[in-house]
Amino acid sequence: MKCTRCGGVAVIQMRQHRLQLCEQDFIEWFTAMTRRTVDEFRMFTVTDPVLVAVSGGKDSLGLWDVLLRLGYEAEGVYIHLGIDEGLAYSDRSLEMCRAFVAQHQPQARLHVVDLGQQYGQTIPQLARTKTRGRGKACALCGLVKRHIMNRVARERGVAAIATGHNLDDEVAVLMQNTLHWQTGYLARQAPVLEEQDGLARKVKPLVRFYERETAAYTLIRGIDYIYDECPFARGSTTNRYKEVLNELERHSPGTKQQFYLQFLRARESGRIAFGEAERVRLQPCRRCGQPTTAGDLCAFCRLWE
Amino acid sequence: MVKVIYRDRQWTVKPGSTVRHIIEAAGLNPESVLAVRDGKLINDATVTRDGDTIKLVAVVSGGV
Repeated sequence: MKCTRCGGVAVIQMRQHRLQLCEQDFIEWFTAMTRRTVDEFRMFTVTDPVLVAVSGGKDSLGLWDVLLRLGYEAEGVYIHLGIDEGLAYSDRSLEMCRAFVAQHQPQARLHVVDLGQQYGQTIPQLARTKTRGRGKACALCGLVKRHIMNRVARERGVAAIATGHNLDDEVAVLMQNTLHWQTGYLARQAPVLEEQDGLARKVKPLVRFYERETAAYTLIRGIDYIYDECPFARGSTTNRYKEVLNELERHSPGTKQQFYLQFLRARESGRIAFGEAERVRLQPCRRCGQPTTAGDLCAFCRLWE
Repeated sequence: MVKVIYRDRQWTVKPGSTVRHIIEAAGLNPESVLAVRDGKLINDATVTRDGDTIKLVAVVSGGV
């Protein structure tokens, strides 16, 4: 199989693009496509400071790497959630982030927030004691990460929080929301979530890439990442949707891309409409000052009551 | 023979088949894995040779 661009040996075939590329041309294509996505959705400029939420996984480390290679001012933040489960999962994930900086981007700045040390309890401890997390650590984890990322973004004065969501992540959510006709979520799902009442802007620069392309990028760049899934995420609903979508993709290349990009275009052009996205009224939490829909304490602060 | 590694499983296959054939014969979806030989990514039309070690990398993986 030959590289479409140079005729060398292709290492990856992307049937949805009718493209097969060698290592060098793939890295160039991936980098240019990231830049194009950032520009097309007006995510940020080269002078805007950006906070990359890194987890030690392939998507977030790949994202941080490509943004730094493109010359963006990208700092990283890692939230140590204290997930051990006999695997030292959070410790190993942090180690991956630190190793990435040391080996690939020694000038990059990594902020580490340790949930157990700074707040007194880890995710597994919270999940055992709180109603919200009972048997469902992922719900707690999402709440905690959103709160801390927003806090760090405000402290650092960044233009946006960048996350490593890829097209497979987005299309799995889109399918789930469509099957359940979650019109509120469908109205809001987007590559850019604008700043609102103290909630930092969030952007997803990898939103055009299939998951196998972000994995290929990190492999070719020689970036080590945490390969195991989070022990709490095994068998997750999102992964089941991804399996179904990849089965469709296998037989009809481009299905995932079409589903997601045509959804964005149809909504943008007004061909589909969900009414006005409900704008919830946010007010500052009495304790931490972060925006909340609750009247007094935000959901995060209530965790520590 | 060709050694194939996927997560914590290992098995051997005869040389001469393509990577895609190995992936499908293992019951995996070619959309969900990448193949690596000698630390380098290879496309799934690659024909395997005697003595190869092919590592199949699941693309859905870690990070929280």
